[in-house]
Amino acid sequence: MSERVLMKGNEAIAEAAIQAGCRYFFGYPITPQNEIPAYMSKRMPKVDGVYLQAESEVSAINMVYGAAGAGARVMTSSSGPGISLKQEGISYIAGSELPCLIVNIVRGGPGLGGIQPAQSDYFQSVKGGGHGDYRLVVLAPSTVQEAVDLTMEAFDIGDMYRIPVMVLGDGMLGQMMEPVEFKPFQGRALPAKDWATTGTRGKRKRNIVNSLYIEPQALEEKNLARLEKYRQIEQREVKYEMQDCDDADIVLVAYGTTARIVKSAMKAARREGLKVGIVRPITLWPFPAAVLHNLAETAKAFLTVEMSMGQMVEDVKLAVNGVKPVYFYGRTGGMVPAPADILEEIKKIYGGEK
Amino acid sequence: MARPKALVDMSQHYCPGCTHGIIHRLIAEAIDTLDIQDRTIGVASVGCSVFTYKYFDCDMQQAAHGRAPSAATGIKRVHPDTLVFTYQGDGDLAAIGTAEMLHAAIRGENITIIFVNNAIYGMTGGQMAPTTLVGQVTQTSPYGRQIETQGYPMKVSETLATIEGAAYIERVSVDSVKHIKAAKKAVEKAFRYQMEGKGFSLVELLSTCPTNWGLSPIEATDWLRENMLPHYPLGVYKDKGGEQA
Ligand SMILES: Cc1ncc(C[n+]2csc(CCOP(=O)(O)OP(=O)(O)O)c2C)c(N)n1
Ligand code: SF4
Repeated sequence: MSERVLMKGNEAIAEAAIQAGCRYFFGYPITPQNEIPAYMSKRMPKVDGVYLQAESEVSAINMVYGAAGAGARVMTSSSGPGISLKQEGISYIAGSELPCLIVNIVRGGPGLGGIQPAQSDYFQSVKGGGHGDYRLVVLAPSTVQEAVDLTMEAFDIGDMYRIPVMVLGDGMLGQMMEPVEFKPFQGRALPAKDWATTGTRGKRKRNIVNSLYIEPQALEEKNLARLEKYRQIEQREVKYEMQDCDDADIVLVAYGTTARIVKSAMKAARREGLKVGIVRPITLWPFPAAVLHNLAETAKAFLTVEMSMGQMVEDVKLAVNGVKPVYFYGRTGGMVPAPADILEEIKKIYGGEK
Repeated sequence: MARPKALVDMSQHYCPGCTHGIIHRLIAEAIDTLDIQDRTIGVASVGCSVFTYKYFDCDMQQAAHGRAPSAATGIKRVHPDTLVFTYQGDGDLAAIGTAEMLHAAIRGENITIIFVNNAIYGMTGGQMAPTTLVGQVTQTSPYGRQIETQGYPMKVSETLATIEGAAYIERVSVDSVKHIKAAKKAVEKAFRYQMEGKGFSLVELLSTCPTNWGLSPIEATDWLRENMLPHYPLGVYKDKGGEQA
């Protein structure tokens, strides 16, 4: 039996990646994710892995591209401005259908912004970020334990569908210490990486890793084939947590660390006899749209809470599709919403003030 | 001449008289000579040579503009026993990809860069490159490259020679049979060094772009000789260990 250890979110993510078989890490320093590369620089040499500090995030993500194309379990991590720099590379990785893990420990923006926790990079993570018609699987843990479990699973999802996967945390999750258990990694049954550039070694024809399709017809075919894959992922990989929604008048929607704060607001509301529940999307793409859509039949209203000026709320509105009102409460710039403020928003909705 | 094994039997898309084709052949011959085709992974860049991923009969990856040395780094770290080379033009390598090229050398990354210097951006229609000569007219230096506003042409081999991590740097040309023979030797040597684990190597090949220079293939070769050779002297700029050049 594995035991529980007290660990910082960032370090726990790094250790989880190693335990899931990741042996290649390419990164560049930026707060608030520095504990990930620091941990990797210590651990990778001990497991015959590679830790490499690149000259920029641009270079790091292209090293990930090369290593992923060569068939390795590989990752990078960054935040804010660094993730922006990686976008071209992420688009190439998606276009070439390569698996990899990108850990994004979000800080306040735009520009150099700040280093406090934020959720303002939801659009960038979930809606593309780079150029072209593509998707990432985006996983949003709300505890350090969940960060560990999802990091491990991220590599399997990536390999299964040949898709880049992002673990989206925030500075709070990265910095907080919590007890975690590293359950022995039970991987999925995965297809062989017979497409990887390993050198043909006299055994097969050459492999080509590429995202260029100069003929529009060929590119459309390629994109539509990927769309088919995206549809499969939407059917099979949606994850969410739901609490107290059966009788809820108001359904709160929040992800990541914000969901923890929202849960305390929800408990306080229940104590006052207000019927509120919560849906916490764990996969931001694929988004748990169906569950929200169904709840629109029974609930009277939705309240989305984010550490942003309002980003995920757009997906909630699409899911609810005008059947019931969808309200928003957010703090931005590294400010964290307080349970009391959320409770007040809930009361405003009840009182018809919103 | 028989087609080298490491080249796919298909027509290439280069303009008539373009020297990219000669350089492809040199690389393929070197791979054949060293008998490492099934342990070679090439990285195509963005430029006229983007389709090299179709032309070389070995595993290939296509990399983003300027980032081939980083992609090659990722590949080489995963498969250290393979020959990993990039094929990059001067816009790709000396402008947008300067940092990636330089830092691959600084790390002493055990890869080989084949650097094709034709003093212009070919694929996008003949814009000024960092290697465009002073006074040279291009689409975006219509009055000729001006030192005052556009600076001097970048000398990649000379710059890399100052980097401790670089093991082998040579500048060659493909304007004559004699030079092509020397170029072939240089490519072969770079690959051999890599297989011996000696570290970072780059071969700069002075090349022509008749189409965007606005010259016939023969005039282009003359132009290379008269204008590029004086500014870009041929020779070995760095040779760490092993035999003397
Ligand atoms: C990020 C990015 N910027 C610009 C381009 C457009 N582009 C394609 S090829 C090229 C220039 C290539 O010139 P060079 O490297 O000299 O190679 P050549 O075509 O001369 O062989 C440019 C700027 C691109 N594909 N990607
Ligand atoms: S544009 Fe220039 S470099 Fe490109 S194929 Fe034609 S001649 Fe060669």
